[in-house]
Amino acid sequence: MASTARRDAPEPPDFGILKRLARDQLIYLLEQLPGRKDLFIEPDLMSPLDRIANVSVLKQHEVDKLYRVENRPAPSTSDQLCFLVRPRVRTMRYIADIVNADKMSGRSRKYKIIFSPQKFYACEMVLEEEGVFGDVTCDEWSFYLLPLDEDIISMELPEFFRDYFLEGDHRWINSVARALQLLNSLYGPFSRVYGIGRCAKMSYELWRDLEEESENDGQGRKPEIGNIFLMDRDMDYVTALCSQVVYEGLVDDTFRIKCGSVDFGPEVTSSDKSIKVLLNAQDKIFSQIRNEHFSSVFGFLSQKSRNLQAQYDRRQGMDIKQMKNFVSQELKGLKQEHRLLSLHIGACESIMKKKTKQDFQEMIKVEHALLEGFDIRESTSFIEEHIDRQVSPIESLRLMCLLSITENGLIPKDYRSLKTQYLQSYGPEHLLTFHNLKRIGLLTEQAAGETLTAVESRVSKLVTDRAAGKITDAFNSLAKKSNFRAISKKLSLIPRVDGEYNLKMPPDMAYVFSGAYTPLSCKIVEQVLERRGWQGLEEVVRLLNGNEFAMADGAPEDGAGGDAQRVVVAVFLGGCTFSEIAALRFLGKERGHVIGTNIGACAVRRSGVQSGAT
Amino acid sequence: MSRARADEEEYWHSSKFRAFTFDDEDDELSQLKESKRAVNSLRDIVDDDDDDLEKVSWSGEPVGRRNRLPSLPSLSDAFSDTGVKNYAPELRRPRAEYKDYSNDWSPRDTVRRMQRGKVCSLERFRSLQDKMVLLDEAVAGHDGNVITAVLIFLKRTLRREVLFRELEVRQVALCHLIHFLKETGEQKLLLDLLRFLDRTEEVALSQYREHLNIQDVEKKREFLKGCIGLPFSAEDISHIQDHYTLLERQIIIETNDRHLAMAGQSEIFRKYPRKASILNMPLVTTLFYSCFYHYTEAEGTFSSPTNLKKTFKIPDKQYVLTALAARAKLRAWEDVDALLTTKNWLGYTKKKAPIGFHRVVEILQRNNAPVQVLQEYVRLVEDVETRLNLATKYKCHDVVIDTYRDLKDRIQLMAYKCKVERGSAEEEKINSLLSNMQIRWKN
Repeated sequence: MASTARRDAPEPPDFGILKRLARDQLIYLLEQLPGRKDLFIEPDLMSPLDRIANVSVLKQHEVDKLYRVENRPAPSTSDQLCFLVRPRVRTMRYIADIVNADKMSGRSRKYKIIFSPQKFYACEMVLEEEGVFGDVTCDEWSFYLLPLDEDIISMELPEFFRDYFLEGDHRWINSVARALQLLNSLYGPFSRVYGIGRCAKMSYELWRDLEEESENDGQGRKPEIGNIFLMDRDMDYVTALCSQVVYEGLVDDTFRIKCGSVDFGPEVTSSDKSIKVLLNAQDKIFSQIRNEHFSSVFGFLSQKSRNLQAQYDRRQGMDIKQMKNFVSQELKGLKQEHRLLSLHIGACESIMKKKTKQDFQEMIKVEHALLEGFDIRESTSFIEEHIDRQVSPIESLRLMCLLSITENGLIPKDYRSLKTQYLQSYGPEHLLTFHNLKRIGLLTEQAAGETLTAVESRVSKLVTDRAAGKITDAFNSLAKKSNFRAISKKLSLIPRVDGEYNLKMPPDMAYVFSGAYTPLSCKIVEQVLERRGWQGLEEVVRLLNGNEFAMADGAPEDGAGGDAQRVVVAVFLGGCTFSEIAALRFLGKERGHVIGTNIGACAVRRSGVQSGAT
Repeated sequence: MSRARADEEEYWHSSKFRAFTFDDEDDELSQLKESKRAVNSLRDIVDDDDDDLEKVSWSGEPVGRRNRLPSLPSLSDAFSDTGVKNYAPELRRPRAEYKDYSNDWSPRDTVRRMQRGKVCSLERFRSLQDKMVLLDEAVAGHDGNVITAVLIFLKRTLRREVLFRELEVRQVALCHLIHFLKETGEQKLLLDLLRFLDRTEEVALSQYREHLNIQDVEKKREFLKGCIGLPFSAEDISHIQDHYTLLERQIIIETNDRHLAMAGQSEIFRKYPRKASILNMPLVTTLFYSCFYHYTEAEGTFSSPTNLKKTFKIPDKQYVLTALAARAKLRAWEDVDALLTTKNWLGYTKKKAPIGFHRVVEILQRNNAPVQVLQEYVRLVEDVETRLNLATKYKCHDVVIDTYRDLKDRIQLMAYKCKVERGSAEEEKINSLLSNMQIRWKN
């Protein structure tokens, strides 16, 4: 597959600097409240914080006790309280309650709120309403980007997906723009920016706007990242809805990778305790199997075990001196390798066990059928049975959504019966889930196509002059047709394979779905990079509902830009899956691009589907 | 433009610039050198409080003047003598020097400033037209935080009907207000808004959602009863009705069973103590529970499976699946048999499974059914290949042997001989089949 002309993929830029920046700023902010203080941390900031500064760093800066921000009063006795929080209304109420309780009991303390990544006006409003504005000081921890690995950066905004795609709230667009500004200032200037989707476009525009007035010229600096690609998650839900079969994806589906690390329970560690493991390129075993199709992983692991055994066995013929050498030089490495091997073997076992129980093979077959558009009836009854047997509420929803998107909505009879059965199996309150999924366009009922467009045009006529046609956006979510089949055909997402698809030496990105489907999102990235724009993709863009853009900022032609021109950051607004990351890594190796994948929010796969009842 | 000039001037005069000099000599901070370059170029992101001193609140009062600090990178200062520099007096200019520029900002500039985290007084936007220009600018600026800020101001200064009317044609802003009201829990206003917009279904759903916050089951039941009258779609009304009925049922069952279990009279509750209460469980779980603890009860009682089936119109397939799982868990094999047996009008019995016999086998196997029981259902699996697979996997020798015989597959049958025990009845059966001259083997 390698062509001789291919250059090696350039090294990704050093993203460690992002961590150091975040840490330095946090320390600075902590020092703004001099003296000993207790620190209250929002639970979902714990893992990201863990990657930035450990407890001893916090202690060094006079943090005394740590508390979680939760729904009960904290027993802190410190005279200074510092809150490290997300800008959320309910958190503000929690803090206000503490302050007000102190006031009632005549206690005086200092309070400081540090918002991450930024403060919202609504939060200040709550503080004002609760009568504590002025009693607390507010600061922002501009912690926009967390490097999770050599080639993954994440904004770690779990509510991004729900806020933007479900509620239509644009509050995070500023954060995205600032993250872009940060990347551009550290690793840019970017010479090409591509994007598709409404959120992508707005983020891009706001970012340009911010850049315009900043006196950061960036000229003369040698860029490390040449291209950036922004994509809204709703351009491609299908990929996020498919079962993952590359190792890292399976680990995520089975154990949940949070912030680059995973908790392996007793069933994996074959001991009585859980182990938290960092999964990244540093793990020499993991880094070799993370992108592999699951079927190739066993072979690799057993080969590794045999090698390891052989290396241990060498001890047999050694004399004292050699033995000493062995122990001092090799043993530690071997032990480490041994530990990692046994962990990943344990994880594989666990995955196999769970997947067999869930009829994984059947499920994959159904998914492939849905992607290709045959056996719809059989697939529907499989989903029905899945629901009836209460296999898993999330998986059931996922399959229904996949059916809906690939078929442009469920036929009304199916929709009703699946919904009824779902409510019976998993609880009536999921009525709200169904409503949300319908609103977001993930699970819809086929309607007579005419009615909606008629309403739309009537309403837009009414308001065109006043709201500048913005009204159509509101209908987008209602009217959004997925057009998946047409797009799939246009981009040949279903590879035509003669004979067996070679998963060990895969010919294309489709390997991440067993050769049955090329992830749409990654295909778009590939095509646009290849064409250096959207020319020739007009039809696809139309089917995806437009909002595409491509900007070249005096981009040097091939060769002139050096390695940076081959470094592309793909930004998924609303999150991406490990399958997509694996596909982009494959693309990177093929084309000599390094694709740094930036996740707009973590784990959309779950949060997206779950956007329901809570 | 005068604003730009003012901005620039302010920039150069503000303390920030000075604060930005790095003290490279400081050894302790040498490890920070690497980030220095980055920090420098970051100035605009992390440190844009150049005019923080003129911060004004919503009502136009200056706020937050204490603790204003030099910018981020002066870490060296922060380390060496924390606390003193933080309040460094020279950083604050006398108030008189500060003019409230905000009166001069155009709607667009106001929005831009707010996007950069600066507080602007909005009080001067008093005419409806000004307010709407401001709102439209905020929407055009793409920053939801600012859109919400403007909406908070509008909500305070406009009668709700006027605000609603204006938002009706501004969908993006409308979404923001709805989301804001949801987050702050202003349910009444939210409902008024949705009613104004004629979004009756959302009114209903939004009210129904409140049941999630009610802990007390009696109260929840009452609340759900009230929900039945809400303007749901025809389809959803029946779901809401079912939700209410289900909880009502669960309360009755729970009261009874807790009593039974405490009294210790009932054998089933003694033998299989309840692990959790049945309250707020899904219907299928309730059915399972009822099949487990109340299987034999007459249809008249609320807790009987048949009553549940009838009340909630549970499809046959779902019923059989659930009942089967419950009875198999209790290893009540006769019940399993009865469940899958139907009688035709002539009185002949026949086995029927609406869920497919391979599923039946799977459920029984998971509950460690003995081979004799398992065998009977493996035999009924329609697809020959699946049947052979299951029979081989669960060692139902008879089924395997009979299937090969029916397939007239002599070779497979011979091969299977080594899988059965020496001298067993199965081996004998194979032998006698193989020597049976009547059979026309296909191989």
